[in-house]
Amino acid sequence: MKRTLRYLLLVAVLLLCIGPFLWQLSTSLKGVGEDIYSNPPRLFPAEPTVTNYTRVADVVPVWRFAFNSLLVAVANVLLNCVGAAMAGYALARLRFRGRRAALGAFVLSLLVPGEAIMISLFLMMRSLSLDDTLVAVVLPGAVAALNVLLMRNAFARQSRAVEEAALIDGATTWQRFSRIAVPSAGGTLAVVAILSFMFSWDDFLWPLIVLRNPENYTLTIGLNYLQGTFASDQRLVAAGTIIAVAPLLALFICLQRYFFRGAGEGAVKG
Amino acid sequence: MTARASRRTVRWHGRATPWLFLLPGLVVVVGFSLYPFVNTLILAFTDARVLGGGTFTGGENFTRMVDDPQFWTALRNSSLYVIGVVPPLVLLPLLLALLVQRQIPGIAFFRTAFYTPVVASMVVVGLIWTWMLDSRGLVNSVLEQLGLVTEPVPFLTDEWLLLISAMLVTVWKGLGYYMIVYLAALANVSRDLHEAAEMDGAGAFRRFVSVTVPAVRSTMVLVAALSAVAAFRVFSEVYILSGTSGGPGGADTTLVMLIRQVGIGLSGELGYSSALSLVLFILTLGLLLATMRLNRAEDTE
Repeated sequence: MKRTLRYLLLVAVLLLCIGPFLWQLSTSLKGVGEDIYSNPPRLFPAEPTVTNYTRVADVVPVWRFAFNSLLVAVANVLLNCVGAAMAGYALARLRFRGRRAALGAFVLSLLVPGEAIMISLFLMMRSLSLDDTLVAVVLPGAVAALNVLLMRNAFARQSRAVEEAALIDGATTWQRFSRIAVPSAGGTLAVVAILSFMFSWDDFLWPLIVLRNPENYTLTIGLNYLQGTFASDQRLVAAGTIIAVAPLLALFICLQRYFFRGAGEGAVKG
Repeated sequence: MTARASRRTVRWHGRATPWLFLLPGLVVVVGFSLYPFVNTLILAFTDARVLGGGTFTGGENFTRMVDDPQFWTALRNSSLYVIGVVPPLVLLPLLLALLVQRQIPGIAFFRTAFYTPVVASMVVVGLIWTWMLDSRGLVNSVLEQLGLVTEPVPFLTDEWLLLISAMLVTVWKGLGYYMIVYLAALANVSRDLHEAAEMDGAGAFRRFVSVTVPAVRSTMVLVAALSAVAAFRVFSEVYILSGTSGGPGGADTTLVMLIRQVGIGLSGELGYSSALSLVLFILTLGLLLATMRLNRAEDTE
């Protein structure tokens, strides 16, 4: 009896959480001839069709947007993994004058909200002639302070014994880092990669500020543009949002373990 | 390093090595976070514009702010957002975590499904709810079918309903994230305590208040801090749900929306926008310190 109640509650929350996504999917599959405003609403398309997905590509270069988003996300993942692992290793393992100051710089930047510096960042990108480029979208988040601290903690948890043995055998710092430390921090590195991909794929405000030419739009900005221009046809907007959300959902379903770990660690450290 | 040299001093690394490792990270953090912050600090006391300007004007931007009704509207909306969003985001995910905590068949599926809104971007979520809450959208159709309303509810066109709708979207998207945060904390709550309380005849509500809440209190403070800071910086939800307008006559403009609106474009007032950014930074930091102090005060009790 108690268990039945629990399942009933679970199903109710389930409908609340994924219902809106399914309604969007359903809208995107309804043909031009079908009334999407019908009352009572039709939950399922009468004749499911994918024409909205080709039509949306006719009105805005949605695949171009997706490609830009992918480019930005992949660059963000690579730069964050390499940059955060290197900095994290130095902070956790190497002894040098100025280490506290370096750590302080990363912690301090955690306290500066991106929204409070976006105007100044935009000015900077303009003076570097990088405004309205994808490089400008990537740069400010290329090595996130949070990721550096996550990697630092992962390296600090590792045993020193293997690295010390390698040191006696004459391994250089880079060899100890790349052959011993990094391979055993794979889990945290995966979390960093996932967080970076998600952050970059979903980012909206900064690309909105720095990008002007629709050629350079990422998916989030492109969707905003689509909504502004073709709001009258909800089928197209629905198809666009499905295109934007599908890759991340697929990634999430395959790698949920790391998403959950990211939420736990990101919250505690952030 | 030759064999002889390494025997004399087993050195971990050369002098420059740590800095080479730190270089990419420091360049990004100093160049694209700390430097722009200092620059914002300086610009806030000038009359810099996109076209010209840039002389030191002291506190003029701040006196202007005091007389700027737009600033007060934005501050009000961002503050209301914190007040409206933090209590449900502290409480509901905890209840949700308790609901999915027990290992019963299919629970992994439910946890995954509840996390889905977290993964989607706020733009996608905003557009989905724009369509759901449309005057002819699903929510209004259902309400009409149930006979609860005769006229469509103006969720997205009324000043206050729009703000409340945006808050609901924020809560909806945040539920799964904080649920996971709470699940990690609940894993450390001893089951014995629960069972002992149950034996003593404590009902579910009583056990929640006197066993669960004290055990996850520091996590609740953490969630309050995280969600408060995020709520004060709200942009995308309100921007998308209002169709980029900031509500009727801009009545729902938030502080971040105002910073962008003032600073961007050919007539962008960089000085004033930077002063607003500084206010945002100080209030965000204040919120963070206040919630942390709350935690410490309770610890010493």
